[in-house]
Amino acid sequence: MEATNSKYTTPARGIDIESLHRGPKLDMATETTCLEVNNFNLFYGNKQALFDINMKIAKNRVTAFIGPSGCGKSTLLRCFNRMNDLIDSVQLDGQMLLDGEDLNKPSVNVADLRRQVGMVFQKPNPFPKSIYENVAYGLRLQGVSDRSTLDKVIEKSLKGAALWDEVKDRLHDLAMGLSGGQQQRLVIARAIAIEPEVLLLDEPASALDPLSTLKIEELIYELKDKYTIVIVTHNMQQAARVSDYTAFMYMGELIEFGATDELFTNPAKKQTEDYITGRYG
Amino acid sequence: MSNQSLSSWFKSGTPWVWLNAGAVSISLVMVIGLLGLIAVRGLSHFWPADIVVLNYNEPGVETVQLLGEIIDKETVSALRLKSAGVILPEGQSSGQRFLLKIGNRDYFGLDFRWINGQWMGEESRPEKVVAVERREWGHFYGYLGAVKEAGAIVAKDDAAWDELQIRLARANSLVDQIKMIEKKDVGEINHGIESLRLEARQLALDGIKKGSLQHQEMAQSRRGWDEQYKVLQTQLEALYIALSRDQMLMTMSDGREVEIPLSKVVHAYRPNAMSTLEKLAFYFHEVWKFVSGDPREANTEGGIFPAIFGTVMMVMIMAVLVTPFGVVAAVYLKEYATQGPLTRLIRIAVNNLAGVPSIVYGVFGLGFFVYFLGGNIDELFFQASLPAPTFGTPGLLWASLTLAILTVPVVIVATEEGLSRIPRNIREGSLALGATKAETLWRTVLPMAAPAMMTGLILAVARAAGEVAPLMMVGVVKLAPALAVDTMAPYLHLDRQFMHLGFHIYDVGFQSPNVEAARPLVYATALLLVIIIIVLNITAISIRNRLRENSKASEN
Repeated sequence: MEATNSKYTTPARGIDIESLHRGPKLDMATETTCLEVNNFNLFYGNKQALFDINMKIAKNRVTAFIGPSGCGKSTLLRCFNRMNDLIDSVQLDGQMLLDGEDLNKPSVNVADLRRQVGMVFQKPNPFPKSIYENVAYGLRLQGVSDRSTLDKVIEKSLKGAALWDEVKDRLHDLAMGLSGGQQQRLVIARAIAIEPEVLLLDEPASALDPLSTLKIEELIYELKDKYTIVIVTHNMQQAARVSDYTAFMYMGELIEFGATDELFTNPAKKQTEDYITGRYG
Repeated sequence: MSNQSLSSWFKSGTPWVWLNAGAVSISLVMVIGLLGLIAVRGLSHFWPADIVVLNYNEPGVETVQLLGEIIDKETVSALRLKSAGVILPEGQSSGQRFLLKIGNRDYFGLDFRWINGQWMGEESRPEKVVAVERREWGHFYGYLGAVKEAGAIVAKDDAAWDELQIRLARANSLVDQIKMIEKKDVGEINHGIESLRLEARQLALDGIKKGSLQHQEMAQSRRGWDEQYKVLQTQLEALYIALSRDQMLMTMSDGREVEIPLSKVVHAYRPNAMSTLEKLAFYFHEVWKFVSGDPREANTEGGIFPAIFGTVMMVMIMAVLVTPFGVVAAVYLKEYATQGPLTRLIRIAVNNLAGVPSIVYGVFGLGFFVYFLGGNIDELFFQASLPAPTFGTPGLLWASLTLAILTVPVVIVATEEGLSRIPRNIREGSLALGATKAETLWRTVLPMAAPAMMTGLILAVARAAGEVAPLMMVGVVKLAPALAVDTMAPYLHLDRQFMHLGFHIYDVGFQSPNVEAARPLVYATALLLVIIIIVLNITAISIRNRLRENSKASEN
């Protein structure tokens, strides 16, 4: 009854957009650009996976990529920290800028780039080491070995990932003993310990139970003050809940990009509307 | 009806379960049977068996009294006995033969004798029979008559036994002293003189004339060595004179009296007078002597410690060489090499390398390591001692290297398998934190693959410890004059030849002049070899399990 009086026409799947609306309406034009993608194409061998993508990702905002399986959203995400370099057959075409710098330039050090653009994967992947050593991993790579510095950063990172209270008494236990949700937050703590600029989250909650998912989402909301976050998700509600901007992709193409509120309530394209109302995908 | 139940029985899968279970139990029975046979035959050798005395009435020959241990018993058919000239009583289809160890090889010509059960008179086990383990000629069995000092009798009959034990202890401690001096002190002097000789040759090679400062210094230190040697020489002479003081007078089974100098006796015991507990103590003492002693008499007597030491040493050096080499090769093949037809070809070649007969590796080791590498090392670094080779001759290092080449495919295959089992998302996790490929390998992938590497090492050790054929060409000898580790610099002598349990089995079993005496030693040595391999493997497995605990949860 009340819902019909809402400002927005609520789409299907019961997403209560009004409760999500957190402040003034967002506009891409007023944002600082963090990542920029220009005429970007990607091929796996002969098969093209991304078609002429153009988008800008705003600094200190959460941008969600949604779309059906195989639409290329993870592929695009993995381009931001050049994870696709690991696959021999991948060929790129077009531009991808981080703070105005082309990140595919030969002069770019991939390891440095990945330090600036952290990534969290779908399945929690802690190393078979202690909780402490997991978080310290990135720092040790940079040559930090001073115990008190490490202690400080680890506490800060674990607090930042909302895990500190749960693990502070067993920092030197194996990370494998944590639950799935805790492991995923540990991986986030590990990523933010080296203070990246951008955090890429590839379906970070898809392997987790609802309660852990909720915690991760709250965490994302808190983290966006400090980091630019790009999240790939299958879960439309999640995209609507956590993101400021949403990109809808389909068959390797960017169909629609805009402020989340706008895209979910008033999609410009028919395909987007069909997808978010559950007609396909 | 029955047809149907048969086909449903087949369908139920029960026959396959039985087939598998049967195969497993047959394998188990074979393994346990093999180990059991080796263990029983090998371990029973050290038990002090009773000595029997019996009259042997061989027809047409004078009745003789025999004295000895019954070692073996077999049942022989009447037909075979007949062809050997033994006629059994009517109605008896088989007879028994006994193998008697009569000892006293120097007097009887042989120390084992088959006798027919039919012609054996009554046997008795008098408590006074003495078994003597001698340093030469094997065991002696007889009755103790008297103990002599410098030809004069000091104790007779009953009192002689206690006197003998006291004097034997003295003789043995003298022998130990002599050994100590001859091996250690004289060895050091020889070492010193030899290095002086090499120095002199080096000086000659460098073109330094006689009469120079170096030559004078050398002459002085040579005089020092000579003096030391003279002192030792007099010490040794005194010890030998002291050692030759005592003799024992023994009566053999045929009544002859024999004098045995105590310097030739290891120990004397009266097995018939021993209680079970005493026998047990004696048994363990003998086992310990076997494990810790040096071989005597063409390896048919004494211990096998040098062979144990050589085997373990060789396997450990091999492990130290093969692990880094195999792991590095596997990492390159798996992580860095472009996966294509060439890598596939290399992988096939590596796998096939594991199937090359080991003797081929022996030939390769001899040709490449010993003659080529060793020869060149000698020419570069040990010129002074040429033409006598230092490294250009079979030795411990070359044997270990040859076995390392032989086992490296196993390590490569196991490591590659381990590397391919590391989940991709762990590698990506590390890379995403800004690690380079090498850092990812070093900090995450290799530690996680460590259990697999250990598995490879376990297989390599198991194979290397059992290999004999290639070793005969690259370093194993029947009797090594010195262990590879000693107190003289550089302490570990990789150029020395060594003894090996596997070769020892072959040597004792097939190259020994005294087959009957050697046979139990073959079993005992085989048992020891098996035990050593098991111990080496268990050590490696426990290390692997500890490594595995650290990365266990990461595999789910």
